[in-house]
Amino acid sequence: MIVVENLKKSYAGLDVLKGINLTINKGDVVCLVGPSGCGKSTFLRCLNRLEEPTSGHVYFEDKEVTEKDINKIRAKMGMVFQHFNLFPHLTVKRNITLAPTKLGLMSQAAADAKAMDLLARIGLADKADAYPAMLSGGQKQRIAIVRALAMDPEALLFDEPTSALDPEMVGEVLELMKELAKGGMTMVVVTHEMGFAREVANRVIFIDEGVVKVDRPPQEFFANPDNERLRTFLSKVL
Amino acid sequence: MDLAAQFETLSNLAKSGTELTLWQDIFVKFYQAFLEGDRWQQYIQGVGTTLLVTAMALALGVVLGGVVALIRVAHDQQRPGHRNPVLGVVNLICKIYSTVIRGTPMMVQLLIMSMVIFKSSREYTLVGALSLGINSGAYVSEIIRGGLMAVDPGQMEAGRSLGLNYTTTMVNIVIPQAIKSVLPALGNEFIVLLKDTSLITVIGGKELLYAAKGIMNRTYEAMYPLLGIAAIYLVLVMVFTWLLGKLEGRMRQSDRR
Repeated sequence: MIVVENLKKSYAGLDVLKGINLTINKGDVVCLVGPSGCGKSTFLRCLNRLEEPTSGHVYFEDKEVTEKDINKIRAKMGMVFQHFNLFPHLTVKRNITLAPTKLGLMSQAAADAKAMDLLARIGLADKADAYPAMLSGGQKQRIAIVRALAMDPEALLFDEPTSALDPEMVGEVLELMKELAKGGMTMVVVTHEMGFAREVANRVIFIDEGVVKVDRPPQEFFANPDNERLRTFLSKVL
Repeated sequence: MDLAAQFETLSNLAKSGTELTLWQDIFVKFYQAFLEGDRWQQYIQGVGTTLLVTAMALALGVVLGGVVALIRVAHDQQRPGHRNPVLGVVNLICKIYSTVIRGTPMMVQLLIMSMVIFKSSREYTLVGALSLGINSGAYVSEIIRGGLMAVDPGQMEAGRSLGLNYTTTMVNIVIPQAIKSVLPALGNEFIVLLKDTSLITVIGGKELLYAAKGIMNRTYEAMYPLLGIAAIYLVLVMVFTWLLGKLEGRMRQSDRR
């Protein structure tokens, strides 16, 4: 579904990504892990061109991701941010319905109904008319996920979705993500939650020094890390 | 005895060399400044023109400032390697505009407008409003630009990541948030503008100060007309400040926790 070929990204002479090759299949739940500054977030942001790659190719559903059709592709490739990035001036419901209605995918009534349906699924229907400032971090992030879901995406990108949350709120967000994974959603997750990676992912990828160093199912990834750098990394985070 | 007759008596007394008491003197001068020959009507007309000029200059300034700010922000937000040459040229024009306008005195701009560019025009008030609007636009553009840049870049990214294009994201997500943060500074600019309308007196605009000066020339008395219009300006500014506070309160709706 997502194919990445020799993706490179450098900032002002600093090579962050040095040629990433990766194929993500439909229904994959891929966790990207690695030391901070290794480029995993940059890689994720290159997939939907929030960062422009220096060179290389990204294909989404067999079509190359270029600047030209980027809006259509982004509508099918949702993204969830570390800091939620809900729209603070809009109610929760409007946050969810804005994109589907502005893009002409749904009428306001249909979008409202869908938003209420999704909110009910995560138990936040009573917050539909609240503003984001009134919500807890965990609620904000779950609503941000719902906002992405309202577009009926083919894949979801998560950029450290639980890193900005208080510890007691991490669970509710991971629970929702687990549910999505079970429902067959294709997910690419940059995370520090090794427990989630171990339990939910079907592939765990270790990015280091700007390349994919290890790409394994979680059992093997955590049980016998044969890469020296990965061993060092895991000894620090586990 | 009615006021007019009393004024007549007292001013004749003064002319004949009699020393008036303090209160009599105040009464005569006050009457001269505001009531004699229905002079208060001139102040009212002056206030009308002042408000009209302020409104026209404000409208022009906000439109001009908004357009310039959006152009400059759009230019600065382009990705390296994807620069639009047309936008580059327009951006340069905008930069020259704000440099020139902000780098020269308002009074000089006003005189250039009326005595060089529109030297054959007799629409002094209109020329004055135009000059003030052009001047205000340069400052407003910087205020709005600051407001747009202060919106978290994550907001633009969130909008774009949902598939909205740059313009839709700007209009629905970034600009509404910028307006809220920009309102106090814009209100300040508006107050400055209201008071700066008094400058157009020098090119013959018939606003509030012009009315006061006309009366000063008739009566050879400066204090009451000047204090009078100072009080009027003060009241106008206070009313606008109050209205603006109301507006800000309404826009803070989404900040409630």
